[in-house]
Amino acid sequence: MTASTAGTADRDRRDAPPPALRFPKRRGAELAMLVAAVLIPVYGYVEVGLATSGTVPPGAAGYGAGLGALALLAHVAVRLRAAYADPLLLPIAVLLNGLGLVFIYRLDLATPDDEAAPTQLVWSALGVLLFTAVVVLLRDHRVLQRYAYLGVAVALVLMVVPIFFPAVNGAKIWIRFAGFSFQPGEFAKILLAVFFAAYLAANRHALAYTGRRLGKLQFPTGRVLGPIVAIWLVSVGVLVLERDLGTSLLFFGLFVVLLYVATGRLGWIAVGLLLAGVGAVVVGSLEPHVHSRVEAWLHPFASIEAGEGPGQLAQCLFAFASGGALGTGLGQGHSVLIGFAAKSDFILATAGEELGLAGLAAVFLLYTLLSARGLRAGLALRDSFGRLLAIGLASLVALQVFVIAGGVTGLIPLTGMAMPFLAQGGSSVVTNWIIVALLIRMSDSARRPRPQRAETGVIAAVPDSPGGGSRPDGGRPDTAPPDRDRAHGARPDGGRPDRGRPGNTPSGDGQPRDPRQEDERP
Amino acid sequence: MIRQTRHLAAFLLLLLIALLATASRIQVLDSERYEENEANRRQAVARYSQPRGDIHVGGEPVTGSRDTGERLAYERTYTNGPLYAPVTGYASQAYGTSLLENAEDDLLSGTDGRLSRFPLWTSLTREQQPPGDVHTTIDPAVQRAAAGALGSARGAVAAVEPSTGKILALVSSPSYDPERFSGSGSAAARAWQRLNAAENRPMLNRALRQTYPPGSTFKVVTAAAALDSGLVRDLDEPTDSPAPYTLPGTSTELTNEAAGCEDATLRHAFEVSCNTVFARLGVRAGLGTMVDTAEKSGFNDDGLRIPSRVAESVFDTDMNDSQLALSAIGQYNTAATPLQMAMVASAVANDGELRRPYLVDHLTDAGGDRIATTRPRTYERVMDSSTARSLAELMRGVVTDGTGTNAAVPGAEVGGKTGTAQHGVENEGIPYAWFISWAKAEGADDPAVAVAVVVEDAEADRADISGGGNAAPVARRVMEAALGR
Repeated sequence: MTASTAGTADRDRRDAPPPALRFPKRRGAELAMLVAAVLIPVYGYVEVGLATSGTVPPGAAGYGAGLGALALLAHVAVRLRAAYADPLLLPIAVLLNGLGLVFIYRLDLATPDDEAAPTQLVWSALGVLLFTAVVVLLRDHRVLQRYAYLGVAVALVLMVVPIFFPAVNGAKIWIRFAGFSFQPGEFAKILLAVFFAAYLAANRHALAYTGRRLGKLQFPTGRVLGPIVAIWLVSVGVLVLERDLGTSLLFFGLFVVLLYVATGRLGWIAVGLLLAGVGAVVVGSLEPHVHSRVEAWLHPFASIEAGEGPGQLAQCLFAFASGGALGTGLGQGHSVLIGFAAKSDFILATAGEELGLAGLAAVFLLYTLLSARGLRAGLALRDSFGRLLAIGLASLVALQVFVIAGGVTGLIPLTGMAMPFLAQGGSSVVTNWIIVALLIRMSDSARRPRPQRAETGVIAAVPDSPGGGSRPDGGRPDTAPPDRDRAHGARPDGGRPDRGRPGNTPSGDGQPRDPRQEDERP
Repeated sequence: MIRQTRHLAAFLLLLLIALLATASRIQVLDSERYEENEANRRQAVARYSQPRGDIHVGGEPVTGSRDTGERLAYERTYTNGPLYAPVTGYASQAYGTSLLENAEDDLLSGTDGRLSRFPLWTSLTREQQPPGDVHTTIDPAVQRAAAGALGSARGAVAAVEPSTGKILALVSSPSYDPERFSGSGSAAARAWQRLNAAENRPMLNRALRQTYPPGSTFKVVTAAAALDSGLVRDLDEPTDSPAPYTLPGTSTELTNEAAGCEDATLRHAFEVSCNTVFARLGVRAGLGTMVDTAEKSGFNDDGLRIPSRVAESVFDTDMNDSQLALSAIGQYNTAATPLQMAMVASAVANDGELRRPYLVDHLTDAGGDRIATTRPRTYERVMDSSTARSLAELMRGVVTDGTGTNAAVPGAEVGGKTGTAQHGVENEGIPYAWFISWAKAEGADDPAVAVAVVVEDAEADRADISGGGNAAPVARRVMEAALGR
């Protein structure tokens, strides 16, 4: 591996037979999409006012200006500190958050005693501020790897503390303090994702290549099984002690997903599904709160037949059905009939009723796009930790959307969780802004051309340089010497040589490769 | 990791597809099942989000709507609830609709396709239409006269225009104010329970939904059968009838309240209401002829709509001769609604041709344009013209010389028939007083009105209760109102 200057790198790129793909910054595109992402919710806000009272709501200009200012702040932060970040992430987040505010404002009009939109706007502002802080202050995501164990300790504390606070509507997931309340489980999500990514990045080979083979599946040994079982116990503990089915499902799902991505062992999936199945059946039949949820899922109209009126899931289904293909129009539905938690857990019903299947599908696609761009950033990253973290956060969003949307549509048992960005809930909106900030940071790392980074020295503060080694052969990844996968003779992905994109392996910046961090090249 | 990430992406894509499939199922494929669920309040919310269309009587609305500011915004109001309740029925947020409010609900609530200029576009935009109005055939003067004449007595009045079938009055007494329970609150619930539990059943529409043994008024049908079948050719020919009459196959003797019934002429038998003569005529005419005439008059028809549903009037089709004899004088299983008996009188007045009775003259949309008009239609020719003329003569005789003199209206041609129907086990119930009649202004081409009156609990000694004494004066006032005097 020879050291080379930036100039050489540039020349190499020009000379390389497949011209190196250089990601444009695309900040202009992001700004254009942001304008749309602000204008659409403002239009929705006006539409709500016109539909309900026939007049443009008095706060329309202020609301638009506020949302626009927040979007601009985030955009400037990204432009200055993460110029190569994926241009889709921020507009999607702004659009979803804006739509959420419209839905909550719309439901506020139907429940005059309980105004939630102003508070949600404050939390959204806080979320954007934290987003900005993360983008500005966190120069390299790999710093997080160092604090993984501290993070998981904090996460466990956060998850345990609500047990000592009174249950709110059946679930002990809240901390109430001095008039404020928040769900620590939401923040714990990020910390756990960081820990999982760090743990698996460090141990994935041990997990992948040791163990007992049983038929076609290879099962892990007891030693490495320990942490997995520990996580499973934590999930079940959360479920039993806090009666929070959704978070439990999410944590466990996240861990199984990352385990599979890190090791490629289907045996893990088998073990995971088995454990999840056992846990679900046992808890579902023994724990009364969860049991009632399962019953409500199986028989959503049982309460109607019993003459007690429709339950929440039935009301939710009514709302979706009422929307039809095109929806009733903003402000013209009656999803408020769902009653309790209409603005949080059941916010999707408002989207389904007033925007119809078309609007609901659009919202699903926004989440899909957000998640897909996260996965893409993960694929493009060169370090295992970053890759697993990006994939983990992207999966977190996707799984959470599925668990909630599946729950409110009766596909799976209903669990109380907040729809990312849409639902009322400060902890949730702040957490999701941080997730998007981390994805922005990582997609910036993934797309940023190496030499430029070396020149600007942005990364200088970080001890382990992310730069790839220079490639004498013009960037063909197969020849990368320190490839542990090959050394072991069995690649987790089935032994096929990785076909990297040329753009991801430009001529190096002269830093020696660190095999612990860059053991695989895309 | 790349391959696994692709697997993960594929898995997440499957989850998305599952969500989209579920949403499509709920929102498009199965949406009607959810929307029609009784527990889904959306239909109610939409239904009461706008004022309900009005029901008009004599060009004036007798209904209205009041904005309550609740989730179910508009409540029904009634300008003269008790008077028109037998016509309009009720429209309650909690208890649904009845009668005209029920039959014309689509129009009144704005969901009738005829209200939209672009039905397809409307179904797409889900825009609710401004409701239409219902204009009834009720003549407010006749309706008021009927209700006033009945007073506090329990009973009913039905009046129709014989030449068209237009229903001019529908009165049921005691009545109720449907506005009391048009909302959905606890006051509505209390009113509903009280009205339903009331011993005198104010919410029963006696004119349309209650059948009574028609008693002697049914002799009009028996006479029509006898004349039409040629059994009697001359009204003044003795009918060769014994008195008392022993019911065929039994030892039961049928007697008369009136005198001179033995071998009486049809004219005399009709005027004084001889049971023996008509019982025997019914048996002689035979079951087939009697059933035929009765069914042509509207009996045994469970599908009659005006458009409110009318209870089925019954003339038994499977009887032996003794039962037929009793049925021929309106007893045994024979039962008729007041409207049914008004139809019988109207058939006589309209030259033997029975017009189908109707209550809705025309419908208008929110802009006042007519979207439907009811045309008079023939229900059935009940009897020949000559039979009808003979019967009209007999009925005139009842008013001029017989049991129905109380119904005479000076300056008008009036024909009628009294009835005093026994009922209850062993006939111990207070008899029902009946009177059916028609009236024609002197010199007019068409009769103005045919009326049927039932008084259930005439405030008189049992012996004094009679169609002529208790029901005929009510009919007279109704006819006077219809004749415009």
